[in-house]
Amino acid sequence: MSTPTPLEDRLSRVKAPGEPVVVFERVFLAFGDNVILKDVSFQLLSGSTKIFLGASGAGKSTILKLILGLLKPQAGKIWVNGARTDQLSERDLMKVRDDLGMVFQEGALFDSLTVRENVGYKLYEESDTPLEEVHARVREVLGWVELDEHIDKMPSQLSGGQRRRVAIARAMTFSPRIILYDEPTTGLDPITSITIDDEIIKLRDIEGVSSIVVTHQLRDAFWVAEKMAVRRQDGQVEIVPASPEKLAQTQFVMLRDGDVAFEGTASDLRASTDPYLQLFQS
Amino acid sequence: MPLLTGWAKKGLFEVQEYVKLCGALGRGVTSRPFYFRDIVEQFDAIGVGSLTVVLLTGGFTGAVLALQSGMTLDQFGARSVVGRLISASMVKELGPVLTALMVAGRVGSGIAAELGSMAVTDQLNALRALGTDPVRKLAVPRVLAGLVMVPVLTVISDFIGILGAWIVTVTQLRVASSVFWNSIVDALFIQDIWMGLIKPVFFGFAIVSIACHVGMRTTGGTQGVGQSTTYAVVAGSVAVLVLNFVITKLLITLLY
Repeated sequence: MSTPTPLEDRLSRVKAPGEPVVVFERVFLAFGDNVILKDVSFQLLSGSTKIFLGASGAGKSTILKLILGLLKPQAGKIWVNGARTDQLSERDLMKVRDDLGMVFQEGALFDSLTVRENVGYKLYEESDTPLEEVHARVREVLGWVELDEHIDKMPSQLSGGQRRRVAIARAMTFSPRIILYDEPTTGLDPITSITIDDEIIKLRDIEGVSSIVVTHQLRDAFWVAEKMAVRRQDGQVEIVPASPEKLAQTQFVMLRDGDVAFEGTASDLRASTDPYLQLFQS
Repeated sequence: MPLLTGWAKKGLFEVQEYVKLCGALGRGVTSRPFYFRDIVEQFDAIGVGSLTVVLLTGGFTGAVLALQSGMTLDQFGARSVVGRLISASMVKELGPVLTALMVAGRVGSGIAAELGSMAVTDQLNALRALGTDPVRKLAVPRVLAGLVMVPVLTVISDFIGILGAWIVTVTQLRVASSVFWNSIVDALFIQDIWMGLIKPVFFGFAIVSIACHVGMRTTGGTQGVGQSTTYAVVAGSVAVLVLNFVITKLLITLLY
């Protein structure tokens, strides 16, 4: 086995709860004359959740792409797990992405692969994990999202909600410590949306995953912020109203015209007197 | 004037991105990781999958070439040398160019549509997010298949073309079979064979790399996928014809 590089060392260090895992410092991004992010700064702490709200085109999804290194900012600094990602090469970014799961809008499942191949993609293609272990892990995560009976289906045979849950399963297969959700419930009916929200809550509270959720569905945002998952004595996971400590771990960030217009908890957002925030909530 | 400047800038930007893709392809071919299963799949999809269209094109082109050449040669009482004309034309020009054009239509459009669909549905971003370089996973296997299979298909097309011409020559032009095959062999020089083998390597690379470039840069939803598909076939076909002239000129200087 080769000696870990300084970057791998930094990335692999276990972050204590409350330690920053994603940091944006005065990030600026524009496409030509179209300024997307003007001066965005925030921190995601280990084990907590940040929910990004904002109108369409406010730059919410762009933030996720910047965290993943799919886009590079024109100014400002971005740290992920202690590594300055805005300066890393594509090769080094692959190491950063080993600890980042991403659930894309509409799922972005590979339509030529089965559910099993989609979910286990990273382990099948990009790791030396024995096949038996990969199969077992795929079954385990599909069981987690309650889709194990669909393992040999193609994505086109699944409903919209099932596709999103497969996308969540794919993002968690390799046990990343950070998961990014891009509009995970957009276009879904309220009941299906709740099942997706519950998966996000379970991953946060049971698996200890730090997460960033981008959405403009306020109902889902408040559900994720104001609920928590607990494991009962019989091993079953239950969704219950969040404790005050848990409420404080979920922060809302409102983006407006390329800037952060608001940052605070669910109750701060509800209590805000800002006309734009009130309009957004109405 | 601003329109012209904008157009020139866009063109230069496309060329720059294409050159960058070629650089990434070079790195992808010479360094790990390799996706062997995808390489085998693409050899099958591009090579075996194109066999029918290439066989039909080669066979009928050879046959019609024999018919037309027979009529012209009759005016000089030289019908018996029809094989010379067929072999030179098929091996040096018609085989490589028609095979490449067929592959540009069938494979180029398929690659642009497939990669374009992946681009507009975020599947390429999903690949990167999962730690896979889309160029290594998607483009390298296709380009390798193009580099190897287009020359192989060309050889098959040449052979079937000559076979088609032989059938027409013997059954329609009433030239003896032995006379036909002797004139085929007499007219072919090793330089002709080299020319017929070297050109398709460049054609294969151009068709597939252009299709990958166009496909991976697709934007604009399903409409964008349609435009990319059209653009990949048009650009691939034009590239084949332009390259054919340039490489022919170069090889004539070097080989003959």
